[in-house]
Amino acid sequence: MEDVVLLKGREQFVRQKGERHQTLPISCGAESVAGCVSQRACVYCGARVVLNPVADALHLVHGPIGCASYTWDIRGSLNSGKSLYREGFSTDLREKDIIFGGETKLAAALDELIPKYQPPVVFVYSTCVVGIIGDDLDAVCKAAAEKYGVPVLPVQSSGFVGTKSIGYQTACDVLFKLIEPPTTKLLLRRRPVINYLGDFNLAGEAWIIRSYLKKIGIDVNVVFTGDSRYEEIRRAANAELNIIQCAGSMFYLAQKLEEAYHIPFMQVSFLGVEDTADSLRKIARFTNDPGIIRRTEEVIAAELRRVMPDISGYRTALSGKKAAVYVGGGFKAISLIRQFREIGMEVVMVGTQTGRREDYEIIGDIANDGTIILDDANPAELERFMLTQGADLLVGGVKERPLAYKLGIAFVDHNHDRKHPLAGFEGAVNFAHEVYTTICSPVWNAVKGGVVRGDL
Amino acid sequence: MEISDVPVQQGTQSRSIAENPCNMCMPMGGIIALKGIEGAMVILHGSQGCSTYMRRHIAEHFDEPVDVGSSSLNEKGTIYGGSDQLKTAIDNIRKAYDPAVIGVLTTCLAETTGEDVHRIVEEYCRERGVSRSMFITAPTPGYGGSHGDGYWYTLRCVVEQLVLPLEQATPHEGVNIIVPITFSPADVREMKRTLSAMDIPYTIFPDISETMDRPYGATYTKMSSGGTPVAVLHNMGGAKATIEFGSPGDERKFPGKYLEEKFGVPYYRIASPIGLVQTDEFFSLLKKITGKSMAHETAAERGRLMDAMIDGHKHAFSGRCTLFGDADLTYALAGFTTEIGMYPRVIASDSRNRHWKEAVSAITADIGEPVTIFSDTDFGTVRRESEIGGSNIAIGHSDGKYLEEHSGIPLVRLGFPIHDRIGGQRICSTLYAGTNRLLDTCVNTLLERKFSTYRKRMYDQYFPQIER
Repeated sequence: MEDVVLLKGREQFVRQKGERHQTLPISCGAESVAGCVSQRACVYCGARVVLNPVADALHLVHGPIGCASYTWDIRGSLNSGKSLYREGFSTDLREKDIIFGGETKLAAALDELIPKYQPPVVFVYSTCVVGIIGDDLDAVCKAAAEKYGVPVLPVQSSGFVGTKSIGYQTACDVLFKLIEPPTTKLLLRRRPVINYLGDFNLAGEAWIIRSYLKKIGIDVNVVFTGDSRYEEIRRAANAELNIIQCAGSMFYLAQKLEEAYHIPFMQVSFLGVEDTADSLRKIARFTNDPGIIRRTEEVIAAELRRVMPDISGYRTALSGKKAAVYVGGGFKAISLIRQFREIGMEVVMVGTQTGRREDYEIIGDIANDGTIILDDANPAELERFMLTQGADLLVGGVKERPLAYKLGIAFVDHNHDRKHPLAGFEGAVNFAHEVYTTICSPVWNAVKGGVVRGDL
Repeated sequence: MEISDVPVQQGTQSRSIAENPCNMCMPMGGIIALKGIEGAMVILHGSQGCSTYMRRHIAEHFDEPVDVGSSSLNEKGTIYGGSDQLKTAIDNIRKAYDPAVIGVLTTCLAETTGEDVHRIVEEYCRERGVSRSMFITAPTPGYGGSHGDGYWYTLRCVVEQLVLPLEQATPHEGVNIIVPITFSPADVREMKRTLSAMDIPYTIFPDISETMDRPYGATYTKMSSGGTPVAVLHNMGGAKATIEFGSPGDERKFPGKYLEEKFGVPYYRIASPIGLVQTDEFFSLLKKITGKSMAHETAAERGRLMDAMIDGHKHAFSGRCTLFGDADLTYALAGFTTEIGMYPRVIASDSRNRHWKEAVSAITADIGEPVTIFSDTDFGTVRRESEIGGSNIAIGHSDGKYLEEHSGIPLVRLGFPIHDRIGGQRICSTLYAGTNRLLDTCVNTLLERKFSTYRKRMYDQYFPQIER
């Protein structure tokens, strides 16, 4: 790592696991260094991605057109009924509105949209400009809520007030406001009821996990927020356990639900065969129900019988290859390290946009010696470390893909606009398959050596 | 299950909201404009999200790494002024990329707090002892217009700041060719090939043919090669003429107009060379300027296009189209589709532009069928009008996939952004050969629809009548 020149201010965000560096903590959760070409987004983005899959809600972006345009239905969250969330609504603020204020326009937009679409709930997102011109979002939303008798919730997500993580928290606060105190007598239920937090139903992933739980004998009350409805969210306090997949976005809501309604929570991961099986067992043990524990083992055994032949096949093909990981959240990065081991690969570089200190501690523990660990990396660092570490593959999002390809490195999308599920047992097979299709593509042999061949 | 529960409503165009945006914001266009200058890096003065979102969109369209810096404005910078953060950003960009030119664009945030990037950059140059000519500054507030507007405005800023005064410039025989944001790298390459075949010296500005579509190579460099060289930009004031492709608009905003006013370079703004007539117009203009005729190979391509127009004419005439998106592209497409008989039913531009509306109305005035024309529109409107008008094909960027999904109108993907297919950077739709490809695609789209539905349609229409 010594030969790599880092930009001033970036030194504390990069570590290499090894004897010398093992104990050095990494900085995280800080603002990005100006001009470092961070891969991160903003507060608005964080709030938007968490709330967006609430399928029957009307999502109105109060701001200039770009913010709505860049987030309009770009994610792969699926729904089983209403699809209002796939429409992009914006107040499309113009110069005049910036000067005279956008409150009138927002009120007019709500007057037009609510009667037209009759949504059960409205989310109004503020953007950078709205934070600056000081539109009273709360007042406009409150007036509209009273006028139409539906909750109209302001989402205070001006982009500049922090990182994407702040946006997650803002979204959790909004969701929490919708949740009503528990009504059902939990003891009277025949099956345990839980909430599933931090799954956005990309390519139907929440459905996959719900189907496992159903077979085991556990009902899912509501998923936050994949394929969720307003009515379901209101009932969220009627659960005896919250399980959290994406901790970065939902840990905070789980904490709030524990404080307010004494619902315990646990972190789970449904990425990879091992994590999926472990998580199901953890949930089963929590119920303390012998029937559930037995059925869980049956489900796991049946699934393993089904998927392991495929996984083993891929492991043979991929054994010894090296992976680099650059994803949004810390928990996903941790799962990916384990998942790569399942298919015979070693992770040599791992970084996140919004990982928390606890995540980096676990990464530091489980990573192999020599692994590069990065917080809030930029293209220059990604390029350098993928090359020096000899990575064969990068896991990342859309922005990272062309970089990997230009370097001749295989790539796996683990972002939010993918169209195939990566969660659960079948997701693990899909993942292994995707890794195989990119690393083992004959294309790499054909393009080896670049544009000019000596004998041509 | 995917259900469209969005009602289609008849109504007027007036709106206080955009329902499914048809456009993006000014800095987006500014980035693409600057990416066509050799050795240029871009910094957005604003909060982190803007550059990330725009990088994502551009990377997805071009399948290229797109590095764009951000001053990552935080709360403090927003309240007390962000000049320190912008200066740090410039320092870091210079250190990591060593660019020849740095374009500094603003976002809504910086514009609203009144950040003066011209002044901050001047200060920076004084403090660090670097030349101002290394920088291009362009205020591009996100609420100031569409990405197309941001593109033209940034090009205008480039020529204002980089083209040298006449006494320092050398008059030359070159022709300035200024292309719109909807020119793909493949379009720019096609233009270069055509001009080279005619042996005409030219300056293409901006030139994204390599920077946004670079070949796979043995080694990767953070800065890509290609782009209009700055030295060539310096000399645009000495050119023989400027040909600028685009729809009519407020001329004061266009770079070619500036070159005419300031340096007396004859200025022609014409439709993008899509379609036989509009491409002919380009060549007749070239002949007027340079005295040269099109090359033999180009003449052969013209002949092949005519052949294709005849081959496909009946099928094309069965098409009634919706054109949407960028003003420059919809303007050129209005001419092309009218010429082949695939008459427009709806033409919708994403930006506010009275001149565009008048020009497009004139093109379609004689087709004898109803056309609905909107400027400054959204997809709520485009979809509603397409259904009412009975469009059976649409041409435009990827966000038009909703026309396909909700209204069953097949979409020919063209323009920016194309984010649900690969190869946006390789689509060539200009000049004779490019038009030929576009024509084939449109006709084949209509045929595909016809062949995949006619068995059922005929059955439903005629069989029940004989069934007892």
